[in-house]
Amino acid sequence: MTRYLLTRFASLFATLLAASLVIFALLEVVPGDVAAVMLGLNAAPEAVAALRDQLGLDAPLVTRYVTWITGFFTGDLGTSYTYRVPVAELIAARLWVSLPLAIYALALSTVIAIPIGLIAAMRAGRPADSAIMGVTQLGIAVPNFWFAMFLVLIFAIQLRWFPAGGFSGWDKGLWEGLRSLTLPALALAVQQASIMARVTRSATLETLDQDYIRTARAKGLSRTQTVLRHALRNAMIPVLTILGLQFSFLLAGAIIIENVFYLPGLGRLIFQAITQNDLIVVKSVVMLLVFAIVLVNFVVDLAYAAVDPRLRARA
Amino acid sequence: MIELDRLSVDIRGTPILRDVSLSLAAGEVFGLVGESGSGKSMTALALMGLLPKGARATGAIRLDGEDLLGLSERQMCDRRGRVLGMIFQEPMTALNPVQTIGDQVAETLLIHGRAGRAEARDAARRMLDRVGLTADRFPLTRYPHELSGGQRQRVCIALVIALRPRLLIADEPTTALDVTTQAGILDLLGRLVREEGMALMLITHDLAVTARIADRVAVMEKGRIVETAPTETLFRQRRHPYTRALFGASTHQPDRMPATGDAPLLSVEGVVRDYRLPRRTVLGPTPMFRAVNGVSFTLRQGESLGLVGESGCGKSTLTRAILGLEPVQAGRITLGGQTISPAMPNAMRARMQVVFQDPYGSFNPRHKVERLIAEPFHLTGRPADAGKRIDAALREVGLSPDDRHKYPHEFSGGQRQRIAIARALITRPSLILLDEAVSALDVRVRAQVLDLLADLQARHGLSYLFVSHDLSVVRRITDRVMVMNAGEIVEAGETAQVFRAPTHPYTKSLIAAAPTIPEAWREEETADAG
Amino acid sequence: MRRNLVLGGTLTALFALLALLSFVWTPHDVTALDIGGKLAPSSAEHWLGTDHFGRDMASMLMVGARISIAVALAAVGFGMALGVPLGLLAAARRGGLVDEVVMRGNDLVFAFPSLVIAILITAVFGPSVWNAILAIGIFNTPVFARVTRGAALSLWTLDYILAARVAGKGMLRISAEHILPNIANLLVVQATIQFAVGIIIEAGLSYVGLGAQPPTPSWGRMLAESQTMISFAPTLALYPGLAIVTMVLGLNLLGDGLRDALDPRMQRVRA
Repeated sequence: MTRYLLTRFASLFATLLAASLVIFALLEVVPGDVAAVMLGLNAAPEAVAALRDQLGLDAPLVTRYVTWITGFFTGDLGTSYTYRVPVAELIAARLWVSLPLAIYALALSTVIAIPIGLIAAMRAGRPADSAIMGVTQLGIAVPNFWFAMFLVLIFAIQLRWFPAGGFSGWDKGLWEGLRSLTLPALALAVQQASIMARVTRSATLETLDQDYIRTARAKGLSRTQTVLRHALRNAMIPVLTILGLQFSFLLAGAIIIENVFYLPGLGRLIFQAITQNDLIVVKSVVMLLVFAIVLVNFVVDLAYAAVDPRLRARA
Repeated sequence: MIELDRLSVDIRGTPILRDVSLSLAAGEVFGLVGESGSGKSMTALALMGLLPKGARATGAIRLDGEDLLGLSERQMCDRRGRVLGMIFQEPMTALNPVQTIGDQVAETLLIHGRAGRAEARDAARRMLDRVGLTADRFPLTRYPHELSGGQRQRVCIALVIALRPRLLIADEPTTALDVTTQAGILDLLGRLVREEGMALMLITHDLAVTARIADRVAVMEKGRIVETAPTETLFRQRRHPYTRALFGASTHQPDRMPATGDAPLLSVEGVVRDYRLPRRTVLGPTPMFRAVNGVSFTLRQGESLGLVGESGCGKSTLTRAILGLEPVQAGRITLGGQTISPAMPNAMRARMQVVFQDPYGSFNPRHKVERLIAEPFHLTGRPADAGKRIDAALREVGLSPDDRHKYPHEFSGGQRQRIAIARALITRPSLILLDEAVSALDVRVRAQVLDLLADLQARHGLSYLFVSHDLSVVRRITDRVMVMNAGEIVEAGETAQVFRAPTHPYTKSLIAAAPTIPEAWREEETADAG
Repeated sequence: MRRNLVLGGTLTALFALLALLSFVWTPHDVTALDIGGKLAPSSAEHWLGTDHFGRDMASMLMVGARISIAVALAAVGFGMALGVPLGLLAAARRGGLVDEVVMRGNDLVFAFPSLVIAILITAVFGPSVWNAILAIGIFNTPVFARVTRGAALSLWTLDYILAARVAGKGMLRISAEHILPNIANLLVVQATIQFAVGIIIEAGLSYVGLGAQPPTPSWGRMLAESQTMISFAPTLALYPGLAIVTMVLGLNLLGDGLRDALDPRMQRVRA
């Protein structure tokens, strides 16, 4: 167990290190003079020099890299050029929108997908299964931002059940906050739930084909008992894999969806930063997204070990 | 107590079983013998009410007077595990990998409402003790992957006998196990039957296994029972032609000349083969596993040399080293005086070929037979008369030159093994390694392939290194035999001598454990024939 | 059984043909603006109506299909060209340094969603169609590497590979002769899936302005432009979205159909 944890941790660390180097290289080394890029073509040389000085761009690359990474742990990520506020502050405020949105969407899709997938597996080949497979096939094909546009049209503009966009903030209470995140989360969840339902179905069907299912049946377990007591936990292993991958898709999706709903999250921040060439902000937001994805996959690895004793034993 | 009355099973219109009638009494061990596809497993599944989708059973299965075919699925769930129990062939996959063995045994009691959690746990403990898995080494919290195949099969037995069923069905329960493990499982099953007074239906392809423990035997062919009789009577009289054929094949002795030459061909001197194991700590030293430990032997020109041992003894590793696929850490292997290594020239590789066990995995499914057989020409360069030589090789192994345009899936298991032999012959090697080459074949096909091998050896002066776990086969086809255990050769000598009077304790235990048909039962064969 | 294959194949072929046809003929010229005839409903003249600049929607969709298909297809090519050899190599050298490097590289790329890759590239080089291809292509690479490696690993344990080694064949030759042909099925199916994923991602990138740039019409950009008008002109958003859904659905059905048709296990059942 410890060995498994240690190797997973080492891999988490290695991936983060490599990712930070890639981001740093792309955003600080490849562009040449970052200050010139940020100020645009017509900037006065004095202004560029001043910005270089302010951003500490004259220091050696290694120093700049180390400063940036240590800043992640101390909360000092420099000052945004366009917003004139510390980057850490900007990110912290936006994180309170993006993170709840991703978690809300993940929870929604899991709650929808797993029961649906199980039902389909247990009714394999019958009408209920065909219906679920058809709907999920369609769900996979629907781009979330397009779906979001029509959710807004129907539930916000016409029915007025939910706000069409913007974020009320959490200080007006949990319910108001959730209300403004419900349509975006739903838009994000549909595609992911479709994928996860199909994975749950096929994973369950696959485990139902295993020899130990036959053993369980020979003991006198009914079909349903076999699924719940034996197939489910084994089928969770591939489902967990998808769950880990989905978080990455959800974060990416959230970036787009925030633009549909005008939510003040990391996604909006990063697009505004790009259009204004605010590389300082882009660099740290991207790193944060990657960090979140790697961390979630680490948690998934831990969950594997909880589900599968064979992994624990490989210690 | 249990009676099958004209049981027939169809799967989507295809007849699988036809009028199978048999009966078992309490305390009886009943052997059901037949080749693969004869319908033995389907009989068992019909009894359990676990036939695959689309199957339809007619006739009657009466257990203490009650017709099981007339019961609903819910009623069958109640019978399964309580009055009917079944264990399967593959113990490695028969247990849920994510549940402890204690929970899996206790589940049988819980599901039938026969015990509360604590009681079920105690009962599970008692059952595991019964099957020889004691509390000190096998606490209830163990997971299946921590046990060996034989131990897992014991867990399967424990969970099925937990409620003392009236009938226990064992479908090839020892086929996947080593001989010594097999002996232990068979003894355990026999003991449980006596002590619990249940009936055991033992399904097997191996006549010798039934000879060892069955009271009565039924022989099955193509979905029908052709003969049922008390074991000894059946073996001695062999009334039905199919029984005779099966019996003949399982004791078949290929016609072969003992090796005469003395010139050494393959020489293995002090070979050591180490494997890296995963590190125990992240930065610690890499532990090594010594799979082959100082093995030395010589194989003479024209000789058949056997190498027997149980799984994990290092025989496969040794085989790969001899084939020059993996490097050795110490010692030397030479073929005709030249050293074998992964870097050896192709011309040398061409002098040595191999036939593997699995007739399904041995061929690229996308290549035609002519391409498959010609693959070793990669070593010699494709000769001008390649086509002729492919035809000749096919004829030699008893296939037709027309078969060259077919794909491997168009052949039966035995025919595929013939193709594999043709592939091994194509470069006219002097040595062929037979790695469990007949282990996956049914007895009658096996006998034919053994004849073919003996014939080819006589015609071409081939040398064989015959690697197998199956003592009875090795005994019939080799001049000398070596017994391997834990990476070392513990005994070597003339085959007849080693089998008649083994000297090493391991060899003795191996030979004692291997089930055989008693010599006395075989004798009538000549009497009948004469 | 064949229903998926036929339906999926037909839908995919239909879109491909429409995209190709748009090079030589469209119902109307998509560069011709007609402000007077803007937001027209469906008619014999304009089958799907016109957009806010009076351009013919049907023609726009045909031209838009080009970019979606070209980008997704190029990205699949990119991912396969890089991922498949890497996967084959990693499997052939299982547990070795190459395998380790490929797998760690995979982990690294998996940590970057395609959108984030596109953001990074845009931040440095500015937005363009090439960005989209590169971003989706990089995203596809570890997918193909992983599928290839996994399937190849199970083949490497088979006896016919051992037989090929006994016949003196090297790692490259075995990979080309025995491994690749036997995993081609899987790769074709995966390519279809990645094609579909690529269409969706491309639409997303164009929607947020990181893909095709004006004036090139693309489905994603049509959606972006229609968003502010959705309350009074919902069809402007409806048609491009339906085009995406149908195309992706077609590709996914095709993938499922191919999987069933090419899976040797399924064939054995049918035989």
